[in-house]
Amino acid sequence: MQRIGVFVCHCGTNIAATVDVKAVAEALGHEPGVVISQDYQYMCSESGQELVKSAIREQKLTGVVICSCSPRMHENTFRKAAASAGLNPYLVEIANIREQCSWIHKDIATATDKAIILGKAAVAKVHLNTPLSSMESPVVKRALVIGGGIAGIQTALDIAEAGFDVDIVEKQPTIGGKMAQIDKTFPTLDCAACILTPKMVEASQNEHITIHSFSEVADVKGFVGNFTVKIKKKARYVDETKCTGCGLCTEKCPMKKVPNEFNMGLDNRSAVYIPFAQAVPKVATIDPNYCMMLRSGKCGVCSKVCSAGAIDYKQQDTFIEQKYGAIVVATGFNPINLDKYDEFAYNQCPDVVTSLELERLMNAAGPNGGTLLRPSDKSHPHTIVFVQCVGSRCDDEKGKPYCSKICCMYTAKHAMLIREKYPDTEVYVFYIDVRTPGKNFDEFYRRAVEQYNVHYIKGMVGKVTPKSDGKIDVQASDLLANEQLHIDADMVVLAAAIEPDKTARPLATMLTTQMDTNDFFTEAHPKLRPVESATAGIFLSGACQGPKDIPETVAQGSAAAAKAIGLLCKNSITCNPCVAHSDELMCNGCSSCEKVCPYGAITYIDKEFRMPDRTTKVRRVASVNPAVCQGCGACTVACPSGAMDLSGFSNSQIMAEVDAICK
Amino acid sequence: MNKNLKEQVLRSSGVNVLKCMRCGKCSGTCPSYGEMEYHPHQFVYMVENGDIETLMKSESIYKCLTCFACVDRCPRGVEPAKVVEAVRLAAVRQQGNNHLEPSEIPALLDEDLPQQAIVTAMRKYAK
Amino acid sequence: MQVNENFEPVIVAFCCNWCSYAGADLSGTNRLNYPTNVKIIRVPCSCRVNPMFILRAFQKGADGVIICGCHPGDCHYTSGNYFTRRRITLLYSMLDFLGIERNRTRLEWVSAAEGAKFAATMEQFTADVKALGPNRRLEDLRCRKQ
Repeated sequence: MQRIGVFVCHCGTNIAATVDVKAVAEALGHEPGVVISQDYQYMCSESGQELVKSAIREQKLTGVVICSCSPRMHENTFRKAAASAGLNPYLVEIANIREQCSWIHKDIATATDKAIILGKAAVAKVHLNTPLSSMESPVVKRALVIGGGIAGIQTALDIAEAGFDVDIVEKQPTIGGKMAQIDKTFPTLDCAACILTPKMVEASQNEHITIHSFSEVADVKGFVGNFTVKIKKKARYVDETKCTGCGLCTEKCPMKKVPNEFNMGLDNRSAVYIPFAQAVPKVATIDPNYCMMLRSGKCGVCSKVCSAGAIDYKQQDTFIEQKYGAIVVATGFNPINLDKYDEFAYNQCPDVVTSLELERLMNAAGPNGGTLLRPSDKSHPHTIVFVQCVGSRCDDEKGKPYCSKICCMYTAKHAMLIREKYPDTEVYVFYIDVRTPGKNFDEFYRRAVEQYNVHYIKGMVGKVTPKSDGKIDVQASDLLANEQLHIDADMVVLAAAIEPDKTARPLATMLTTQMDTNDFFTEAHPKLRPVESATAGIFLSGACQGPKDIPETVAQGSAAAAKAIGLLCKNSITCNPCVAHSDELMCNGCSSCEKVCPYGAITYIDKEFRMPDRTTKVRRVASVNPAVCQGCGACTVACPSGAMDLSGFSNSQIMAEVDAICK
Repeated sequence: MNKNLKEQVLRSSGVNVLKCMRCGKCSGTCPSYGEMEYHPHQFVYMVENGDIETLMKSESIYKCLTCFACVDRCPRGVEPAKVVEAVRLAAVRQQGNNHLEPSEIPALLDEDLPQQAIVTAMRKYAK
Repeated sequence: MQVNENFEPVIVAFCCNWCSYAGADLSGTNRLNYPTNVKIIRVPCSCRVNPMFILRAFQKGADGVIICGCHPGDCHYTSGNYFTRRRITLLYSMLDFLGIERNRTRLEWVSAAEGAKFAATMEQFTADVKALGPNRRLEDLRCRKQ
């Protein structure tokens, strides 16, 4: 005989304003099995919970239904309350009469009717609830960080500091990411390499951190606390354990016409290369697309000059498999492709560059050794025009709808650095808005205007036309003076929008994390849980989650590390007890369920069964591992004999809910 | 009166003027900028404010070449050229006279006349 | 077909806990309206929905059934929504064979961020089912509550 208690929450006026809660409590009190049905102002409060607990004790309840806000809010709260009063926490059901009733409907009569029906469905379900207890599953005390930029490095350092082993997987030959390409950082004008390289070195020397450079994640299986990841270590054709990073091979390599990605294609490198002087690991890599030995079997100079004998033309991609408890995604960003922006003549004119290319042109380790020269004729630019919002804030398919956040600040930085170094160069910035939200950011931008005399013009560049005399005609509007200007520029710098790295989407599919339409990873809650994804055990760090600058990236990197540490420091985590189970007497061992299980939680065992004629027969039946099963229920539908069922969402429970809802 | 005019312009152009983020790229691109008293970015703003009479009296709307460069370049998809066309249409319609009866059209047809001209003429000159 | 103007369809919605149920909650948080006809049953994944549940709902008098799950590729359990897609395709074939109107059953992908889409989908689905009239072909009159 069931003794069910029903509690209807007012939630202040959130529910009570559009649902007659007293009528709901009344109506549900007449349902079979319900012995007590009452309403209360705030069920989730201390006194509300006390109401539930005392009812459980006094009325000897066998099941509890709370009609309130979404179970995604307070299911755990009420489960804990029931448990503390001695009732199994899984004998509690929640009817969502707020987010899915009172908040969306306006008519009190129909909203109340609907609330009663939802309550009846919950009562019908709880009749069939069985007590469940959670299993524990162990946590592998190792973390994986995907991406070796500043976000990934910071996260790895923090996790290592807590004493856990961390692996960094980076697809480039070196860690460092975009920050390694930056010259100076705003708002302090710190040299980026100077603040980054110590962290890179720390990461390589830390005993807890293993760096897998020139590697990619190939496959991810498992679940929180127990991920199995396959990592593909791409062939560098150089033995990392032998290479000393002396760089002799790069000097002697005869193929020197390879566009240098680190300098954004503005100069060339050799086929065997070290990306930049401070690379970590400082190991050479051979580019198979350009190496003459690998393509046609001729050359072999690098192998001859290498005193360590580190060159290995026969090297293959290798795969390693490793288990992790937590995974942190830090895949970063790239500037967008500007092929659709012909109005700015980016593809037509070498003196029209993106901001990242300008960063390399101004950097002391860049193609011109730090002197800013026009890419076309290496002459000194006297007039430079900056164009903001190229591809950002765009409502059509050409660009991205969001604001890329960092461009206003880095353009102010570029403008100031140029004016500081070359006082004879005029700098114009065409902007729509200037966005400077951080600490000391607006003061930084005002310095550019007031101290360095950068000409900020509110308006947009309509067309950039390279002229025959080598200069560039920039046609733009000045909205405040109400004029159309023509500026004779030597260089034009486009603040291109930033987008997530292209490897992010396939990675999200592997990890079963969600992304938004712009390919940024979706956080579990936009305000309160910015570094966790909806998938347990996967955390987010840096620009892969949304455009952000370096201070925010570092903050988020540490936050993700803190969350990962919170998971790794546990010896075991409680599993979801709502797992599948098979009725052995009905199971015929057909294997339909095993084929659909995404986690491999189902195996087959041979079991002895007593037959009616007192003999025993051995039959093959399905067996579910409750620690691995995540409770999706795919097997329950695949099972042809109905032997497989899911605790907490059993066939009879769901059908009872359906019956209660239909007329 | 003004509200009706604004509603008429918005309806016949099909443009959502609220999408404009005041960037000025349309004006930056416009080849007729120098000839105009009011410029593309201003057209959109003035229509949003309901200040259509001023536009209708100005010569600027007739300087627009309908080259559609502003429509192509606008990052928000606002289509200023369509706004201008709608204002021109409002000006012509406001003159009140019916300049073209459907029954007159067959007489005007010849093999060189593009269909688009007939359609446009009906829209502009018929009441 | 004559449709009684006062006919209010009974719509059962199966929503997966991770995406569509959260999307439904989001439409509530944003106070977006949709008709009261829709009652939601929470399931851990859209792959939990056995076509038998859908037929049961019609048997008991529901006029429309809609299943909402995560977008393909985003399933919290990796592949659950792919199974749902295939099963519902087969169910559609069966319903077509039985002569049941296709618009009474629907499969929709709604993510946790798509509160507006959820409300719009429910609004549209209720209107579609209302236009079809009451479910007479699959309702088992013996199951009518007294």
